[in-house]
Amino acid sequence: MTLLPAYPTIRALSEALKKREISSTEVTRAYLNRIDHLDDRIKAYLHVDAETALKEAHRADELLQGGEGTPLTGIPMGIKDVICMEGIPNTCGSKILQNYIPPYSATVIEKLHKEHVVFLGKLNMDEFAMGSSTENSRFQVTRNPWDLERIPGGSSGGSAAAVAAALCAGALGTDTGGSIRQPASLCGIVGLKPTYGRVSRFGLVAFASSLDQIGPMTRSVWDAALLLNVISGHDPKDSTSMPKEVPDYTANLDRGLKGLRIGIPKEYFIEGIDEEVATSVHEAIEAMKDAGAEIVDLSLPHTEYAIATYYIIATAEASSNLARYDGVRYGFRESTAGTLREMYEKTRSEGFGTEVKRRIMLGTYVLSAGYYDAYYRKAQQVRTLIRKDFSEAFKHCDVLVTPTSPTPAFKIGEKTENPLQMYLSDIFTISANLAGIPGISVPCGWTSSHLPIGLQFLGNTFGEQWILRAAHGFEEIFPFAKRFPPIFEE
Amino acid sequence: MAIGRKEVEHIAALARLSLGEEEKIRLEKDLNAILGYVEKLNALDTQGIEPTSHTLEITNAFREDLLQPFKKGEKILENSPARHEAFFQVPPIAEEVSST
Repeated sequence: MTLLPAYPTIRALSEALKKREISSTEVTRAYLNRIDHLDDRIKAYLHVDAETALKEAHRADELLQGGEGTPLTGIPMGIKDVICMEGIPNTCGSKILQNYIPPYSATVIEKLHKEHVVFLGKLNMDEFAMGSSTENSRFQVTRNPWDLERIPGGSSGGSAAAVAAALCAGALGTDTGGSIRQPASLCGIVGLKPTYGRVSRFGLVAFASSLDQIGPMTRSVWDAALLLNVISGHDPKDSTSMPKEVPDYTANLDRGLKGLRIGIPKEYFIEGIDEEVATSVHEAIEAMKDAGAEIVDLSLPHTEYAIATYYIIATAEASSNLARYDGVRYGFRESTAGTLREMYEKTRSEGFGTEVKRRIMLGTYVLSAGYYDAYYRKAQQVRTLIRKDFSEAFKHCDVLVTPTSPTPAFKIGEKTENPLQMYLSDIFTISANLAGIPGISVPCGWTSSHLPIGLQFLGNTFGEQWILRAAHGFEEIFPFAKRFPPIFEE
Repeated sequence: MAIGRKEVEHIAALARLSLGEEEKIRLEKDLNAILGYVEKLNALDTQGIEPTSHTLEITNAFREDLLQPFKKGEKILENSPARHEAFFQVPPIAEEVSST
């Protein structure tokens, strides 16, 4: 238990492993002990594989002892249960996939495997990544480590809670409308959504294919940059991954805030935003100004249309992606059906939860004959306007700064009865997915009741270096990696 | 464009979902609320604006059509809820025709 606070980040662990102050086996045992000790209350993990993890740690130690290995060798990580790992159950938080064992691993997993990362297990999520609170998991409700009565955000809520409570050193999440950044914000950690096309999605179970992206969730900006180095790049198995050079994202992080042009979009500072969130974000902006950043006030005029646009495009894409779950080749089948058609219908009706069915219905409707132009095409046109807002803004600034979420973590059950209210909690993160640009959330404060507040940096397409530099510059002013939730002390 | 009970049933059939009575009532209400909200897009004049289907700066990604054998076919079959040898097994796809 005393091992982990001494090495709060991947960077710190990595240096200690390299110097052989500690071994990967010790570190892995420490995390597994914490999972044993705390996860029955937090419920971040859906599947833990201690035996394999310890084997991987042993192998990592052999390499490290021989002076080999990379900065990720021997680092214990958790993976959102939507990214396939060969031989390990992959549920997507859904009953319809509860028996599914992938016969192959995602490209990001292969890449981490080559670095000899230690995989602790699979992390809880909203069913098929549809949700903002992780309450839509069909298996368990994950708790926010800062307040167990509250949600951790979603859909990568298991990943965020696990990193926050030090149940893993870092995690992978996915972000379709804010599902990395919003839970990172609500759990007080760092969450990075890369540019669309930066990271291969081969082996990622698809939700909305023009929006989904895999990214790191960590305790520091440097850690996120390190993971991005490894998972980025073109993959012949994913034709939507861009054949574009991968820079060293950990280089140049120290260039600081001086001279950086930070854009403040006025539409992100609206009424209805929690007062403590607003105050904290304003203080962060002031602090960055004092550190030499240039503040540029600007406008993203189509911001208010983002959620409506998103819920047409994302549900349309989801309704066709989720058509593959038919009970024939894998997963759950309702076996009492008499005919094939009945089998499809019963399997899907029982296999999918309420929110997934709601989105399949909405997506099917907006794509159905007679409504396509009115909804789907219209939304795609507004998407163009939202993209143009950003390309115009980035002529005047290097990064944009906004709150990540309009409120801190809300109570479990608070928004489950009102889907539209739940959708509105993604109001500040959704535009980045529509525009395909990168975004990162970092902690910028805690409320009077000790709930984390997140600050979001948005960058231009393939501008990860800019947002990482800005976020790292902010971290220098406001160091957060060593802040653990009270449950950590137990 | 309000959705009624008939549309809910029609969409459910298209999506291969069989809904219970309570689900239908709930979905009719939820879908109308969400569609009411997305109506706000109509406030924008989008005439002549190109739709965005994705944000990549590439249009097509071609590759050689090469044979790449996948050796874990058995693992794929092991995932099937019902199989017969190397086949996925499903309920009858056609109704029996009664002979007279």
